[in-house]
Amino acid sequence: MSAAQALRPELRDPAARRRLTWAIAAVVLLWPLGRLAEFHPAVLLDPANAGVMGGFVRGFLPPAADAEFLHELLQATLQTLAIATAGVALAFVIAVPLAILATRSLSIAALGPADGRWRGRVLRQGVRTLMVLARSIPEIVWALLFVRASGLGPAAGVLALAITYGGMLAKVYAEILEAADARPARALLQAGGGRIAALCFGLLPLAAEELVSYTVYRWECAIRAAVVMGFVGAGGLGQLVDQALKGFVPGQVTSIWLVFLALVMLAEAISLVLRKVLA
Amino acid sequence: MTAHRGQRAAGLACLAVIALAVIASFRFLAVDFGGLFEPQARHRMARFVVEFFPPDVSPAFLRQVGWASLQTLAVSLLGTLIPAIAGGVLALPAAGRLGRLPKWTARSVLNGLRSVPELVWAALMVLAAGLGPFAGTLALALHTTGVLGRLFAESLENASTVPETALRDLGAGPVARFVYGTLPLIAPQCLGYVLYRWEMNIRMATILGFVGAGGLGQMLYFHLSLFQQQQAATVLIAMTLLVLADDTLSGRARRALSAQTH
Repeated sequence: MSAAQALRPELRDPAARRRLTWAIAAVVLLWPLGRLAEFHPAVLLDPANAGVMGGFVRGFLPPAADAEFLHELLQATLQTLAIATAGVALAFVIAVPLAILATRSLSIAALGPADGRWRGRVLRQGVRTLMVLARSIPEIVWALLFVRASGLGPAAGVLALAITYGGMLAKVYAEILEAADARPARALLQAGGGRIAALCFGLLPLAAEELVSYTVYRWECAIRAAVVMGFVGAGGLGQLVDQALKGFVPGQVTSIWLVFLALVMLAEAISLVLRKVLA
Repeated sequence: MTAHRGQRAAGLACLAVIALAVIASFRFLAVDFGGLFEPQARHRMARFVVEFFPPDVSPAFLRQVGWASLQTLAVSLLGTLIPAIAGGVLALPAAGRLGRLPKWTARSVLNGLRSVPELVWAALMVLAAGLGPFAGTLALALHTTGVLGRLFAESLENASTVPETALRDLGAGPVARFVYGTLPLIAPQCLGYVLYRWEMNIRMATILGFVGAGGLGQMLYFHLSLFQQQQAATVLIAMTLLVLADDTLSGRARRALSAQTH
């Protein structure tokens, strides 16, 4: 586009002034952010840092594959899988009663005027608050606290997953159960059935598919989380990465990364199969 | 009927495998959960918890925590804005607009960036850029670029080509075609993705500090390492408040957005 063309009024952008104002405002706002985050790209080119990183990157290939390390890697991989599986299993055990307590469709008091009405509401609110608190502290923070409190390794990871994922599963279970048609459960409760019967025969048939697929999805997430938690000393692949980085053995980082990729793909495949068969 | 029974058998087999896997996991980890509840261990845990109270609320320390919270927010925001731009740039070739080879290359780069968890990026970036929030910003930016680039590319591929074809038939150049034909179509969706990632990055930025990448996480790690539990308690409270505020606000923003579009 030539300059003369650009100046022709019909080709001018009608919103040009507004866009320019917003652009300037954005830069003005971003400047202090950059300062706050100590955003200094020049640091990357600093010879000392660049040298360290350059040496590290050059060492990425070939991946480490000596027998001793491979054995360690296998152990760490199994440990990661075990932490994720055990953590989700415990989370499930925590989540189910909480979800049943929090689901309105299963409330007998909500059926009609009854003494227990406000008590039920207070209980549900209390359970919900508990779930929010369990979820709002990230699992790695729980893991760090458990590692520091008890010196546990992998068990800290299991407990951390159990708490956060317990809260998460309970919340989502309750949401799924409440989204399902409440009438069959209501009918069972009104006919004098217990809560468990109403859950099993009224709600579960409607919601089972979604519940299963969410649980399996969470297991997939738990594997990633279990890897990351290793950085605070909770065992598994993350701890191995941490050691490799601190000991400056880039080849090992590459091997661990490859195993991690394989693990994530394997988990995806397994969860696909599970969802198909169980749902 | 037989198909139904077959499905049922497969389901039961699956449940059995899961039960076995769970038992094997607990056996493999050899966790002594009974030991956790022994009087001595319980006593130690209780003492650890008690040491967190009361949290340190001296003005000087609160100012420090406030500063670290702001730093965490700044890291999350920059760690989302940079990828919004970089991901957009990479999404064009990744959506196959520049031919097959660039498409394959861009996709591999995006997958590589995405496959490394943020915390691992952070540990690597601490090597490259030294301790501090800059490493955290880079780590978030690298991972998020992979995520946003892929999401943007998918939106681009799914967008209707009608406006672009119309503009081409009118004689518009490739840049004008994209900017006025496709961009307005995908912009709201992409903005939604960016906001969603920002929400996740705020959570992430609070913990990146565990490997020395600045913000609240670094403070928590530091004070816990020095056994200063009361200071750690204040940092924990700040973290929880930040995450809770993030959850509530983003939930509201999402509802407002969906109310607007529907």
